[in-house]
Amino acid sequence: MALDIYKINPEFRDIMPKEIIELEENATWAQNQERPRGIKELPETKELLEEHSLCAGCPEAATLRYVLSALPKPEDTVIVNSTGCTSLMFPHIALHTVHSLFGNQNAVASGIKRVLEWRFPDTQKDVVVLAGDGATVDIGLDYTLQSFFRQEKITTICFDNEVYANTGGQESGMTAKGQVFKMAPTGKKFDKVPMWELAKTSGCHYSVNMTGSAPKAVAKAVREAILVAREIGPTYLNIYTPCILEIGLSANEGLGEMKDQDKDRFASYKHVSPEAEEYLKKCKKEGLL
Amino acid sequence: MSKITDMTKTHNWSGQKLVSIDHMLFEAPRTKHFMTGSEVLKEAVKRATVDASVSYPITPQSEAAHLIGELWAEGYVGVYFRGENEFGVMSEVAGCSMAGARTITTTSGPGTLRAMENFAQWSGTRAPMQLVLMARGINSPLTIQPDNLEVQYLLETGCMIWYAENVQELFDMSLAAFTVAEQPDVHVPIITAVDGFFVSHTREAVELPDDDIALQPYDPYAAPLPPIDSEMPPGRFLRDPFVMKSNYISYATHASWQWEIRSAVERSKRYARHLLNGLVHITGNEDAEIAFVTCGTASNQAKEGQRELEKLGIKSKVIKLRTIRPFPEEELIEALEGVKYVFVPEFNVVGWLANEVKAKLYGKVDVNIHAGPRVAGGMSLPAEAIIQEVMEVVNPGKGA
Repeated sequence: MALDIYKINPEFRDIMPKEIIELEENATWAQNQERPRGIKELPETKELLEEHSLCAGCPEAATLRYVLSALPKPEDTVIVNSTGCTSLMFPHIALHTVHSLFGNQNAVASGIKRVLEWRFPDTQKDVVVLAGDGATVDIGLDYTLQSFFRQEKITTICFDNEVYANTGGQESGMTAKGQVFKMAPTGKKFDKVPMWELAKTSGCHYSVNMTGSAPKAVAKAVREAILVAREIGPTYLNIYTPCILEIGLSANEGLGEMKDQDKDRFASYKHVSPEAEEYLKKCKKEGLL
Repeated sequence: MSKITDMTKTHNWSGQKLVSIDHMLFEAPRTKHFMTGSEVLKEAVKRATVDASVSYPITPQSEAAHLIGELWAEGYVGVYFRGENEFGVMSEVAGCSMAGARTITTTSGPGTLRAMENFAQWSGTRAPMQLVLMARGINSPLTIQPDNLEVQYLLETGCMIWYAENVQELFDMSLAAFTVAEQPDVHVPIITAVDGFFVSHTREAVELPDDDIALQPYDPYAAPLPPIDSEMPPGRFLRDPFVMKSNYISYATHASWQWEIRSAVERSKRYARHLLNGLVHITGNEDAEIAFVTCGTASNQAKEGQRELEKLGIKSKVIKLRTIRPFPEEELIEALEGVKYVFVPEFNVVGWLANEVKAKLYGKVDVNIHAGPRVAGGMSLPAEAIIQEVMEVVNPGKGA
């Protein structure tokens, strides 16, 4: 995408919302080409996500900002999302995004990625899937894993809040065993699905399990995952972003919950294939990381 | 493999000369071939400058999907792969089409239902991909025989639905389908239906233009919605909470959008009239009092019935509907002038076409509409059954 084409027609300028005018005046896409953007620039690069309509203190909303700040090339990034709390944020994001059906995000992303490679063989266009655990691991598990088996060059990010949050708090495949939620009134009967391990055995070249507690760590994983997906193959990030509403925490307790889990169920897991490791070294030398 | 960068102003990436749809359908010289429906679909795709196709096996469309794969291997199709199941495939082709590709896929009855949620999503995004549906009975009990019950389920998805009677129509329609679906004032997906086996596996004489010509490529930048390719600047398109969080906004958005999609389907009529040489095709006696309203291979059987009735001195005509969505209401009403009895022979047990005809004609035409005869599960519809049904209605108590 040309970086100078976001121009408002002068005849419409007086009726355009303030946000759109600010987007034209303050967008920093071009600066991103000079040096990798990161979380430090978040206050200055509000064009990606300025506002959102999630609950106050939602860890998912914060983590989405870290993800967006870490995109290597946002002007050429397409995000495919799915039904859930994240889909409430996408209308606020100044990127090409697709909200399709519940669970089919990796299939839609496969079609988009392959066609973009066909139509723009000389331009790197990143395709990132961003969905919750219900869409990624339950209803959409087939499509998630099959995209890994097919070695689709896409990055899949699962915002794992361990519950179907947006529909009112039902247990999901990612809920911990024993947890009581709606539709599991006597506690969940089987273990949390080890999705990060399934990703590894299904062909992902980069698979990480982490929480959204440390912005820099999230941003680093996002950037590495997208770079590996460009050249090597599918990548997966599982990021714990608890639904504070459903587990009974207040708005200022989300960060603490994530930090606690860093030492426990979400102790860092990272798989990097030898090819991916080699490639990431090269990226570091070239200043892409 | 071919590359899109090999495309020139005059030739596509596989070296075929680019021509208009009118040249392809009406002007280019044709030669006679003897082919099955699956083979002729390959010939159509070969001449369509197709960017992308995704496939999944299901009888009786598997062969058509194989042959599109061969075209990809031969360099005529840009992107091709096998999806994981029909829901996945319909999602993958949605992605292909949203990303700006001329896209086609094929399926049959049970696959259609497995993928059903996608078809409404396709039209909701106004992506102009083509599904060639080779109709088949829906389980259970298990059958692989042709039926067209799944078409009833597709009627209100917002997609256009055309129905080809034979191999020749399948070729011409599937080329015209891309053109109409991609018109900027239409731009909705299209389903080209045929009765599986009866058309997919039947070898017939078919007239084809040479294979060194192909349709002009799809231009995604003429679309009413921008393609998802990051070539156009994105904007935040909402400030307030998302539509579903406000009943009023949700109502207003959905009401206007659903009407817009249905209006877009209606706007396709003028293009289809030209490219299909009319939305209906009429054979038989002009001054008939008995009319058969049909689609697909039921038209073929009805024509057989019409010829037999003529031998008995009974005048009838067959009004074949080429498009089901949009429904050719005006043409049908015009064709029914002077008609007293309408019969709707169908290859499915529920009589969805008869329901459609009754609903569209209610209060507009003074005619007795008889919903039948019908067969189901892949049974054939012999002319004798049609004649018997007609005689019992028109001449009650006196037999055929």
